[in-house]
Amino acid sequence: MSQLPSDATQQNQAKIPDPTSAASAIRDSNSFGKNLRRTLAIARNAFREAVRDRVLYNLVLFVLLLIGGSIFLGELSAGQESKIIVDLGLSAMLLFGAFIAIFVGVGLVYKEIERRTLYAILSKPISRGQFLLGKYLGLGLTLLINVAIMGVGVSLALIYIHRGWDPLVPKVWPAILLIYFELMILTGVALLFSSFSSPALSALMTFFIFIIGHFSGDLKSLANSSSSVAARALFRALYYLLPNLTHYSLITPTAHGTVPDASAVGLAAAYTIVYSSVLLAAATLILGRRNFK
Amino acid sequence: MPIIEIQNLTKDYEVGFWRKRKVRALDGLSLDVERGQIFGFLGANGAGKTTTLKLLMRLIFPTGGSARILGHDISDVSMHAQIGYLPENPYFYDYLTAREFLNYCGELFGGNNIKARTQELLTRVNLDQRSWDRQLRKFSKGMLQRVGLAQALVNDPEIVFLDEPMSGLDPVGRREVRDLIASLRNEGKTVFMCSHILSDIEVLCDNVAILKGGRVAHAGSLNDLRARETSAIEVIATDADANALKGSLSIDADVTTTPSGIRIQVTDEREVDAAIAALRKVNGKLVSVQPVRQSLEELFM
Repeated sequence: MSQLPSDATQQNQAKIPDPTSAASAIRDSNSFGKNLRRTLAIARNAFREAVRDRVLYNLVLFVLLLIGGSIFLGELSAGQESKIIVDLGLSAMLLFGAFIAIFVGVGLVYKEIERRTLYAILSKPISRGQFLLGKYLGLGLTLLINVAIMGVGVSLALIYIHRGWDPLVPKVWPAILLIYFELMILTGVALLFSSFSSPALSALMTFFIFIIGHFSGDLKSLANSSSSVAARALFRALYYLLPNLTHYSLITPTAHGTVPDASAVGLAAAYTIVYSSVLLAAATLILGRRNFK
Repeated sequence: MPIIEIQNLTKDYEVGFWRKRKVRALDGLSLDVERGQIFGFLGANGAGKTTTLKLLMRLIFPTGGSARILGHDISDVSMHAQIGYLPENPYFYDYLTAREFLNYCGELFGGNNIKARTQELLTRVNLDQRSWDRQLRKFSKGMLQRVGLAQALVNDPEIVFLDEPMSGLDPVGRREVRDLIASLRNEGKTVFMCSHILSDIEVLCDNVAILKGGRVAHAGSLNDLRARETSAIEVIATDADANALKGSLSIDADVTTTPSGIRIQVTDEREVDAAIAALRKVNGKLVSVQPVRQSLEELFM
């Protein structure tokens, strides 16, 4: 056993000049496929970090909440159990998800700069944009798994309450998908702030945008009804600049059994992709100019 | 063609929040490094060594000047596929094990056969096999330094940039890392290492540049630098009185009393004769005549 390292070292030294060795296989070429694999490697690592930081432990809390809710609230409102489970489950899903998106999101880049782990990464053939995209996708994967498990939890709770198949079960999933889209926008916002600001400030700003985004319609009516030109311009600018999150929260209609149609979900998906792309591009622009002292 | 060409590289940092002042960290650095050598980049703390490396790695951007590595401008990130970098005081993801971290680094190059390469490298940097699957948060500074070296070699790079590779290592570790760096040269690789520890540079490097206040103060091969500075000769004598000796000296030389005897420092061979003549006059005994090798340390200051 003690001889193993030195033997292996000799072997390695003999191996290194060989062009077929593991080392030569690792470097070279910059094809699209390779760049994609690099980005996915960053994403996988961001996911692993979230898991090891015990982010998914929030699921335990969620399940407890759901069980508690099913038992107590169901008894209070006869015949309304399913509705309340959906309402409670999806609201908690949005809230927990928003917490993860904000608090993990604002640390994604900041932590790497602060702990200087970024130095070794950026000395590899990784562009800063690629790094950001990888981080975004990594947290996206974390949220996807989180939301999916919560969705299964809500579905099981519905089946349990109904003592059998509940017609609401398939109807909750489009709403869950929309919640996930909203969380992805929030992640993009957090990532953008995290590329230039401290975590506390980033978290606060992202939280404000989360709240304002839900009142996007009010911004528009304020812009239309305001008498001052300056205020009108301000509200209009905010309305167009900040994400419109009103289309994503269909929790109450879903609890009443209304399902959003496919085109609405498709439109929301498109909006998510476009808005997130803009956020990522802005974050890349900012991070791309930063000096890491 | 030089493998690293640095031309007039300048970096100003802005300090202060309201009233920004500029502090020049690097002042028109020009440097060429040839292939296949170990290049020592020396300087006191704050001389601009780390700034230079960060500029080359594109972690910070130059205020002026340019640099090329392997013929590519440093703004071309794809060139990073052929270089390795060990940051100063390396920090890595503390939630990963050594093996996971190296696999991750391999993935960032987008290669195959990553696991085999990880094993090769962890063995090569002599990291105890029992630590391979331990989280990096439990690693000592010396162990982290080894992991850092391993990650700098993941892609079998043409050039390896090392920022204080020996820091945090015990004497055995220093020796091992020194041997590792020497073995890189034997493989035809170029090593660019920053250090303020002169003995390491003296043992390893072919060429050095000494940086002072953001500028190159001396540059050249290690032997040239040493030769240039061997300008003094010391004559050691006993059984004589320092003051009497000083009085009988026909030249202006520095005479000091040391535990081993009286030390007369002269500047060239002709003055040695004068010193010996003076010594005879006061009936002193000659112990030795030897050139004073000014160490790199004196160039450093």
